Amino acid sequence: MLDSLLSLLPQILFEGLLLGFVYAMIALGYTMVYGVLELINFAHSEIFMIGAVAGVEIFRSLSNIIHNGYLLLLVAIVVGGLVSGLVAIAMERFAYRPLRRRGTTNRLVPLITAVGVSFVLQDLVRLIEALWHNEFFLRMASVSDLEGSVTVLGIFIQYKSIVVIVVSLAMLAGLNLLVNKTRLGTAIRTVAQDMDTARLMGINPDRVVSSTFFIGGSLGGVAGVLFALQYTTISPYSGFLPGIKAFTAAVLGGIGNIPGAMVGGLVLGELETLAGTYLPTLTNGTIGTEYKDIIAFLVLILLLLFRPQGLLGQIVKEKV
Amino acid sequence: MKKYILVLVALTACLTFAQAQTIKIATQSPLSGGSGALGEQIKLGAQLAVEEAQPRFQKLGFKLELAAYDDQANPDTGVANANRIINDADIIGVVGHYNSGVAIPSSEVYARVNLVMVSPANTNPRITDRNMPDVNRICGRDDVQGPAGAEFAVKELKAKKIFVIHDKTAYGQGLAENFKARAIELGASVPNNAFVGTEEKSNFIPLITQILAYKPDLIYFGGIYDQIGAFAKQLNERGIKTPIMGGDGLDSSDYVRLAGPAAAANTYYTTVAGPVSVFPKAKAFVDSFKVKTGKTAEGFAVYAYDCANVILSATEAAIKSSGGKAPTRDAVTKAVRAVKLDGLTGSIEFDGKGDIKVANYYVLKVDASGDWGKNAILKTVAVPAPKLPAK
Amino acid sequence: MTGSLKKMKTETALIAVCAADLVAFAALKVSPGFFAGIIGILALVMTGYLPVKLQAKLGSLAVLTLVFTLGFASKASGDIFFIGLIGILVVLIRTDRAPVWTKVLIGAAILLASIPFAGFKDTFLFELAIQIGIFAAMAMGLNVVVGMAGLLDMGYTAFFAIGAYTWGIFGSPQAHSFMAGHFPLNGNLMFLFMGLAVLATALTGIIIGLPALRLRGDYLAIVTLGLGEVIRVLANNMDHPVNITNGPQGITPVSRPDIGWFRSALSAIGVPLDARTDYQLFFYFLVLLVIGIVIVVNINLGKSKFGRAWVAIREDEIAARSMGIPMIKTKLYAFATGAAFSGAMGVIFAAQRTFVSPETFTMLQSTTILGMVVLGGMGSIEGAILGAASLTILNIDLLKGFSEYLNELKQGGTVIFGYHLSSLPSQLDPAKYERLVFGLVIIFMMIFRPTGLLPERRRKAEEAEDDDDIPEITETGKGGQS
Repeated sequence: MLDSLLSLLPQILFEGLLLGFVYAMIALGYTMVYGVLELINFAHSEIFMIGAVAGVEIFRSLSNIIHNGYLLLLVAIVVGGLVSGLVAIAMERFAYRPLRRRGTTNRLVPLITAVGVSFVLQDLVRLIEALWHNEFFLRMASVSDLEGSVTVLGIFIQYKSIVVIVVSLAMLAGLNLLVNKTRLGTAIRTVAQDMDTARLMGINPDRVVSSTFFIGGSLGGVAGVLFALQYTTISPYSGFLPGIKAFTAAVLGGIGNIPGAMVGGLVLGELETLAGTYLPTLTNGTIGTEYKDIIAFLVLILLLLFRPQGLLGQIVKEKV
Repeated sequence: MKKYILVLVALTACLTFAQAQTIKIATQSPLSGGSGALGEQIKLGAQLAVEEAQPRFQKLGFKLELAAYDDQANPDTGVANANRIINDADIIGVVGHYNSGVAIPSSEVYARVNLVMVSPANTNPRITDRNMPDVNRICGRDDVQGPAGAEFAVKELKAKKIFVIHDKTAYGQGLAENFKARAIELGASVPNNAFVGTEEKSNFIPLITQILAYKPDLIYFGGIYDQIGAFAKQLNERGIKTPIMGGDGLDSSDYVRLAGPAAAANTYYTTVAGPVSVFPKAKAFVDSFKVKTGKTAEGFAVYAYDCANVILSATEAAIKSSGGKAPTRDAVTKAVRAVKLDGLTGSIEFDGKGDIKVANYYVLKVDASGDWGKNAILKTVAVPAPKLPAK
Repeated sequence: MTGSLKKMKTETALIAVCAADLVAFAALKVSPGFFAGIIGILALVMTGYLPVKLQAKLGSLAVLTLVFTLGFASKASGDIFFIGLIGILVVLIRTDRAPVWTKVLIGAAILLASIPFAGFKDTFLFELAIQIGIFAAMAMGLNVVVGMAGLLDMGYTAFFAIGAYTWGIFGSPQAHSFMAGHFPLNGNLMFLFMGLAVLATALTGIIIGLPALRLRGDYLAIVTLGLGEVIRVLANNMDHPVNITNGPQGITPVSRPDIGWFRSALSAIGVPLDARTDYQLFFYFLVLLVIGIVIVVNINLGKSKFGRAWVAIREDEIAARSMGIPMIKTKLYAFATGAAFSGAMGVIFAAQRTFVSPETFTMLQSTTILGMVVLGGMGSIEGAILGAASLTILNIDLLKGFSEYLNELKQGGTVIFGYHLSSLPSQLDPAKYERLVFGLVIIFMMIFRPTGLLPERRRKAEEAEDDDDIPEITETGKGGQS
């Protein structure tokens, strides 16, 4: 079995790449918010889930009207990104900003709030879906022109997988441009450096923070739509694991570091897919696929112990 | 002051006498979360039985009600609910649960007050093998269901290499192990690295790649439809036509919704709750179920209906033997073991440990149309309940 | 509003409180049930907030204890009276000036007489009290870690799991599957295993803490979250190649201590026990005892060298380090202490439930315990207990009770404002949305009252000092924004 598994290596690497792109896009949301506010936005996993649910609902309601699968997907991505971005802004406005206003110095306070926000969002989505369709697990409707596939160099590739890669690359490139070449990007980087100085420079930090949440949130939302497209099933609770893994990816690349988050996502996606596929055979069933989900945690723990600044991060002196 | 109190006491007394005494049947099943659709069927089946029996109980001088509890497929919630149930003196029996992992700890609580539980769906052998006087089930057991599935897989489907997946729950893993043991006895091969458990709900790619490499004749799944739907879909998308086989956990039309008709069509499943179509007597039930709830009745609704009727007929017997007085829990629990009921699902009688004396096991294939009612029955076997293992 | 209350004359307040108590008593006589309970709680709130003299306050508390206890004698559901009793305990703890003997007297009356009395009427209240006790002890443990030392542990339930499995494996036939010997062990060894579990979890705490505690606050949170998940996955998978935890099947039955002596002792004083109440009452007293020990340990820790070092770290880690406080050692000590409390409660949980399975030890549970600490007030011992009581009651009693009530209304065909309740979708069942409620509780507490319901006294003092600065801070905040 190991031989045939080894011959499937290119396929496995490709699947890991797909997963890695999704992680990378979620990881960017964590990294951007952390860069600006030094807050681990624990509820970002729910932003991802909301994007996925929005995507499923668009496919469900519009697949009879829009027959072109690619157009439908475009609509789903735009709507999913917008909905997630807006929820992220609302979350910042109503849960985190009051804390900043009060000038809380305790770092635990916003983090605990984020856990609360995460629970509220999970159950709100559950409530809405229960009343709307009486469903818990939602399935992405299949659209025939996204379902086709090609085999290149022995790698089985679905059209929708190509879409996942193209869209992620476009979003990542767009983000790089936005952060490095626009006024907003400069403002974000300034606020990330020093919020008080930024204020003195005439930048409105609240607006910058809102924009950051919107950008990170919509990236997460688009990742959600792509995740639902690729893996077909989503539930109000399915944000948690991808979320925590994406956070690991962000730390892996060095938190606050945008290229780092991308690299971290890809590395983690590959690692998880490889381990999940090979471990059962290598250990003769002793350590099975069931341990796949804790690999991310083990990576995170080891990494924080030996290279806490991440792969691409720099050591930052603590501010006194 | 005293006079006033006297008047009040008299008033409350009048009210109590004027009101018929209430008897309640509780249901415990997951009403929210992934397996909520199936839990809802259990609740609605029992509800219909209660509604039909209400006039009969009215004549006896009792007001009959249903108390539906949501165990969320979680043992802690099940136990907390059970503690509430045993303290509601009106509840004289429980229909439930759906998950064996929830039923086992919850039934320990019912046992404290000898409150009868009749299960429509719990197939783990340990439910009745604990030999408790108040725990019963009207469905089959996994130590018969799993092997029955293995017989079908090896003898009829001619499967030689089988890949077994389970969901890491008390139910799913137990079923998968029973299946595997019998399949190996019959000459099929299930090596260690082709027996995997997973809690994954969306990304099954690592499993599918292993299946690509192993090239099995059959994939067996011990678990519940909400998890495997996405797996079947992803398998189908990758052009793998290997048939899937599972247990009664797949027996829900929601499986087709999650997998899509094309991916689900290649699925076989064994079940302990026969489809509605095999029970000629269930026709009227199915119609009134549709009218009252707006939903299509599935197998477990019929079984829950029968469970509730087992408790109700035992209650009636207890009322009669006590001369019209309110039945005690002890009396109902005892009466349940003596019940001989010709239910919708066949004749119901319990053995000494609470298993139905003869249980039916069915093998079905999911219909390509996606209409769950059209699933073809490939095989039906009636197997007497295994005896308790000698100590 | 508090200001105007303070200005109220003590005489007026006295009359108001007395009147409220009388009304509560009368209500109980007229219609013993939910309504009387609500009036009793209103009277309790007045007793707590109005400026009455100490004697009057204590007298009122005693009267209300009687009211709530008598409430259990009625056929009505006792939940509301149970909540009332907990409320009395809270007011009692917060009445600083009261002489110790009166506190002990009323407290003992409630804990040793009223609640057992209620439990005999409705054994669910025993279950509720035991669950509150288990969670209160854990909340106090987590309070040491999060509240005192300021280390955010989001996988706290891992230690609970280790405790539960320590006894679950050896107190059941499970241990046969990997070692020779006579299992299950005698149930009386449970007490020994509580000690062993304390050691085992403290040790695990140190092993996990050694690497993890070098990390900054928010990284620590995620790492502990991950470790909590790792322990659950291990418990779920360690049934092969060697069967240690029995995996998803869980372990049952777990032995309990022999309580023949307890039964005969209680029947000697005229309290006959049956199968519904014997172990419940026993575990209730056991949990009370353990909580007592935990409180004493907690208070002493707070006053010790370590307690002061923890607070120093919490307030300013860098300053604390430069003052020569050994960082890792001090943090490890907090981590291990918190873990140990949880381990002991795990053993009790396993024995009381007679069943251990991995599904109990989820991230939701870790977060719930964290929510208890936050709700009560980080660092505050009485806060942790109140937080545990509130969230446990909310979760396993109020939400479910409300669902049952709604269900009855639906079946009874109730119509509210022309709307038939029976057409209310079952998806709106309140018992299904505990996460939503927890989440909202956490968010609102963090935004509006981050010090919790019963703030730590040290923080309360700080807040009073800070009061003058606050307007200034908000001024500059607004100035910067415009």
